[in-house]
Amino acid sequence: MARIIETATGTIEKGEVDPVTLDLIENGLRNARYEMDEVLFRTALSPGIREQHDEFPLIADPDGKMVVGQFGLSIPDFLDGFDGTIEEGDVLLTSDPYACGAAISHANDWLVVVPIFHEGRVVGWSAMFGHMSDVGGKTPSSMPTDALTIYEEGVVIPPFTLYKKGELNEDALRIILNQVRKPDWNRADLNGLVAACRTAARRVAEMCDRFGTGTYLSALDALLQRNYDAMKVLLSMVFEEGRTLSFTDYICDDGVGNGPYELKLSLTRTGDKVHLDFTGSSPQAAGPINYYINENLTRMFFGIYMITVADPQILWNDGFYPLVDVTIPDGSYWKPEHPASLNGRNHGIGRVFDLFGGLLGQTNPALLNAAGFSSSPHFMYSGHYSSGERKGEWFQLYSIGFGGIPGRPMGDGPDGHSLWPSFTNIPCEYLESYYPLRIEKWETIADTGGPGLHRGGNGVDVAYIFEEPGTIAIHDDRWLTYPWGVNGGHPGARGTKWIERADGTRSVLPSKCHDVPVRPGDVLHFVTWGGGGWGDPLERDPELVALEVRRGLVTTKGAERYGVCVAEDGTVDAEATETLRDQMRADRPAELPVFDMGPPIEELLARCEEETGLPAPKRPVWV
Amino acid sequence: MSYRLGVDVGGTFTDVLLVEEGSGSTWRAKTASTPADQAVGVLNGIGKVCAEAGIELAEVAQVLHGTTVATNAILEGKGATVGLVTTKGFRQVLQIARSFVPGGLAGWIIWPKPEPLAALENTVEVDERIASDGAVVRELDEADVRAQLEKLRGNGIEALAVSLINSFADPAHERRIAEIAAEVLPGVPISLSSDVLPELREYERTLTTVANGYVQPQVKRYVQSLAGNLADGGVAGELAILRSDGGLSSAGNAIDSPVTLLLSGPAGGVTGAVWVAEQAGYRDLITFDMGGTSTDVGLVQGLTPKIGRETKVGDLVVRSSSVDVRTVGAGGGSIAHVPELTRALRVGPQSAGADPGPAAYGKGGTEPTVTDANVVLGHLPTTLAGGEITLDVEAARAAVGKVAEAMGLDSPEAAAAGIVDIVNENMLGGLRLVSVQQGFDPRDFALVAFGGAGPLHANALGKLTGAWPVIVPPGPGLLCALGDATTSRRDESARTVLRRFGELTGEDLAAILRDLAADAGRRLAEQGLAAADQTVGYQVDVRYHGQGFEIPVDVDPSWLDAPDSVLATLGKRFDAEHDRLFSFLLTVDHEIVNARATVTGPKPDVAPVTLPEGDGDPAGALVQDHRIYVGGEYVPAGVYDRAKLRAGDVVRGPAIVTEMDSTTLVLPGHAATVHAAGSLLITPEA
Repeated sequence: MARIIETATGTIEKGEVDPVTLDLIENGLRNARYEMDEVLFRTALSPGIREQHDEFPLIADPDGKMVVGQFGLSIPDFLDGFDGTIEEGDVLLTSDPYACGAAISHANDWLVVVPIFHEGRVVGWSAMFGHMSDVGGKTPSSMPTDALTIYEEGVVIPPFTLYKKGELNEDALRIILNQVRKPDWNRADLNGLVAACRTAARRVAEMCDRFGTGTYLSALDALLQRNYDAMKVLLSMVFEEGRTLSFTDYICDDGVGNGPYELKLSLTRTGDKVHLDFTGSSPQAAGPINYYINENLTRMFFGIYMITVADPQILWNDGFYPLVDVTIPDGSYWKPEHPASLNGRNHGIGRVFDLFGGLLGQTNPALLNAAGFSSSPHFMYSGHYSSGERKGEWFQLYSIGFGGIPGRPMGDGPDGHSLWPSFTNIPCEYLESYYPLRIEKWETIADTGGPGLHRGGNGVDVAYIFEEPGTIAIHDDRWLTYPWGVNGGHPGARGTKWIERADGTRSVLPSKCHDVPVRPGDVLHFVTWGGGGWGDPLERDPELVALEVRRGLVTTKGAERYGVCVAEDGTVDAEATETLRDQMRADRPAELPVFDMGPPIEELLARCEEETGLPAPKRPVWV
Repeated sequence: MSYRLGVDVGGTFTDVLLVEEGSGSTWRAKTASTPADQAVGVLNGIGKVCAEAGIELAEVAQVLHGTTVATNAILEGKGATVGLVTTKGFRQVLQIARSFVPGGLAGWIIWPKPEPLAALENTVEVDERIASDGAVVRELDEADVRAQLEKLRGNGIEALAVSLINSFADPAHERRIAEIAAEVLPGVPISLSSDVLPELREYERTLTTVANGYVQPQVKRYVQSLAGNLADGGVAGELAILRSDGGLSSAGNAIDSPVTLLLSGPAGGVTGAVWVAEQAGYRDLITFDMGGTSTDVGLVQGLTPKIGRETKVGDLVVRSSSVDVRTVGAGGGSIAHVPELTRALRVGPQSAGADPGPAAYGKGGTEPTVTDANVVLGHLPTTLAGGEITLDVEAARAAVGKVAEAMGLDSPEAAAAGIVDIVNENMLGGLRLVSVQQGFDPRDFALVAFGGAGPLHANALGKLTGAWPVIVPPGPGLLCALGDATTSRRDESARTVLRRFGELTGEDLAAILRDLAADAGRRLAEQGLAAADQTVGYQVDVRYHGQGFEIPVDVDPSWLDAPDSVLATLGKRFDAEHDRLFSFLLTVDHEIVNARATVTGPKPDVAPVTLPEGDGDPAGALVQDHRIYVGGEYVPAGVYDRAKLRAGDVVRGPAIVTEMDSTTLVLPGHAATVHAAGSLLITPEA
């Protein structure tokens, strides 16, 4: 348990805050939070943060409750696990999920926590974590797809004091950076994280000066209360007392031959409170796909879905947490036991979006989206230049792929986009300037979005031609189970990866693999999955379907899944369309299912090898 | 006698300012804007102002014009139908749009994705490939180019954009496509990405090139029609258009690169603000231009506006140099609302627009706007100077009363004060973006306020930022026209270098920069600006190798005379800037990303006006006794007619100063001193 040293004595008088001052402080906090992003983006070196913005900031109250941010890091859990004193000028660092109550969920994420002091007392915390492109270990980018323990996943930093009263612990940092392949990247990214947290600290101190510390702290309480009150109303509006809702989605495999993993979530409201229960989910995986989630993160995911649609401008925070009880079974996919491997948890984090959508959408039509691009699939390529002026120099690429946003209540899902906020792809010209590769094709694939009144977004095919020998690694999913459709919409297409070798042979790659050797001239096709469709595809405007055929987003054949016949010149054949639609309506049940998950799991497994070119995984069982 | 004409076309009025260079005498005309063909209003205004000055149109040496034609084409979605040619495999570059979804964690659920500026059905790909170092991987397949361009025939293409992968490294394929397109699609204007933006990053370059084509036909029509009408009307002088970066460009150049005009309007305001601040004796300033639906803020240091590398219009962000103004989506017309769930007070982003407008305008609006809040508080007197406009106080009170009720406040005044505080806080967020977040302390700057609503909120923002004095120039519309009339000729050449310091010599860098300067200088010489009158400025974008963002660093031309040390000097300058912005340095090698040369003509010699000397007492300008609500109570406040104020007069707050198209609020504890050059300088009273 951390001991906090404050030089100030006496107590701060809290009191009522007038509503306008409250909104002013809300604004100030929001500005400070975005400024944190800005500082980090501009200074980071590693592609993961710099180009793809894989980072999450927060500002908390003195108790560690998040008052603004988007990923409720658990500062109280962090402080519980930290044995030492904390004083003004200190900066804390960790990358150990098991030592901070899963405030972060794999060792690539470095979490910086800064106490915010004002006039000798703690008035809050700023914290930020970012994904380091490499933290050492047995494979470049530190995410071995066959890891069975966290010890294989690079350097794991316990919570410690990186800066003591403003003084950097050079020795500790040197030891850490000695473990990693690109120490310049880690150093710059870490500097950026610290600079961002310090910026937030300055802004908070300025607000204490401007409004008075008592008023500032009272405002935080009120902002937390505002979320609590709003959520209380929402819960009773949306969920029927005593009725249990459940939804199950899947992670296809764990990288070492097991799967699919069932992710089950249930919700019951009793009085003012709801209970979220992960019971029924699969046991922890042998491979590294476990997503160690904590109770507060679960609350955060739940809340953000509930409230974003109701007041998009609200300052998102932890205030409603007392209204949500969470049960996570020990030893499950969500709470694996130390030292289970964790590096490939990106699928689980992403799948949480689908899981909550499927759960909450059942009683909240505005939230019922189809299944989307619920991951952030990784692609890595590394090696040494074999010739030229850079001969012998190490290159290492880490990048994220994008796919189909699902069909949504408000309209079509964008093609080849990110479900994660502010992530962007790395430009082709940037990759080609800095890495020995060329990109032959970067486009979305027609018909991979699920048909619906609102079409799911298409998946993407990026074809990389390698120019130097090296190795590649891939972390992806949804190659076996389907991105489901809703309200009569159909599932989107699954993802796939293959290499066309320079010698003309072709081989399908597993969705999770590493240390795959590549030679100059080999071409990797990194094909992501599409979003599910929303609503009845037979209701979609035939003219829009035809336009999308002309745009190359849907093929003539694919248009038939909407019951639309498109002539050779790209226009609608109205008569044939009507006939086809009548026929299709007659051939299907009158009532369309809310969820279309595609074929049952048994069937997917039975046809796995034939359809995907990959052996069927083995279903996990609780022992 | 030499006359310059500044012309600013706003949504409602067209302002024309005639300046006699020798004496600095000015004449001003305000005429109704003519949105259908803006040139009509411009000519009306020019005729009017020349008549007033008693001069012939032929005596006008130059017509200098800031235009919103390009901006409006984008905001209203009324640009040209653009065809796009890409490298095979990259046809969907605008569809994928870097995969970026704005907003927070669940933001994708409620994000309406904008349609690409060049429709996918009008985008074709051609077989060719150039590597990032300029080497040809695959030759251009000319037969394929013809076949693909044929597909666009019959699609009604009005402009063609060509953007091939790595064309910044070698433009040959793009140029050849332009030649073929001229045959296959005769008469269609062509924008090449290697001309418009020869910089790395295919999406940004493609988008900027398409935007250039998108606005080009309208800009061309407008500029040609205006130039023709001016000539027909007897104006002998040439027409020059204000660029987004605050420099002037010939009409011909403006037509070729219309994407450089997207912020022509705001650039006029910033250059005008620089002019008035200089007259009042201030060199460092923050500009605060608050209009009906949005507010633009910018920063000026040493009388030089900060220039940004991005231009943002609506949802569109293109890579083009512009005065670095940040836009806050709130203005006088922004609507206040209280979401039922959280009972928080929100202002904007919805706006009442011009129609129906604020409730106080009596045109059927019932939603409470910022303007209504100002009316309720008495900050906007109901009968403005001259009595031309009357405001409906009861309607404003009723509208704002809804907010009071929803928040549980006891009076419309309390709600109105809240609305004004919130909108000021939004403005403060914008002002921080250009100051604190860029490492500048706003207390070192003056705040120049203009736009219809700027002077009402400026004193409050001075208090929030500590930027004093708050300078309120005479006549907000006049300011843009003044900016147009007082800026200089400019052009810029740029290219991507992308080399680490270790990979090039000082000589290499000097040669690159001098080539760029020669290029821009040649274009200006073609416009008649003699080489002797050209001033060259250099800038390079530097970062630590591996970073994703660059910091622009000015290169003093004298550094190029010592090529051995130029890189070291540059590195030191960059490190200092990085340290100032982020408080740390890295030990990895520096890298030059882009290089630019800007060539500028001489600044016009326009003498300032001088108001007659007063005795410090503004009593002669007092038009009515009034009361305003401020700090939770009503206090008496005088209303002054700005036209009657003399140099040196001091208006003590609480007070209101009115003029034809603007109202200035002076808060208690502050005083506005009338400067001889016409501005009001508001400062706190000791």
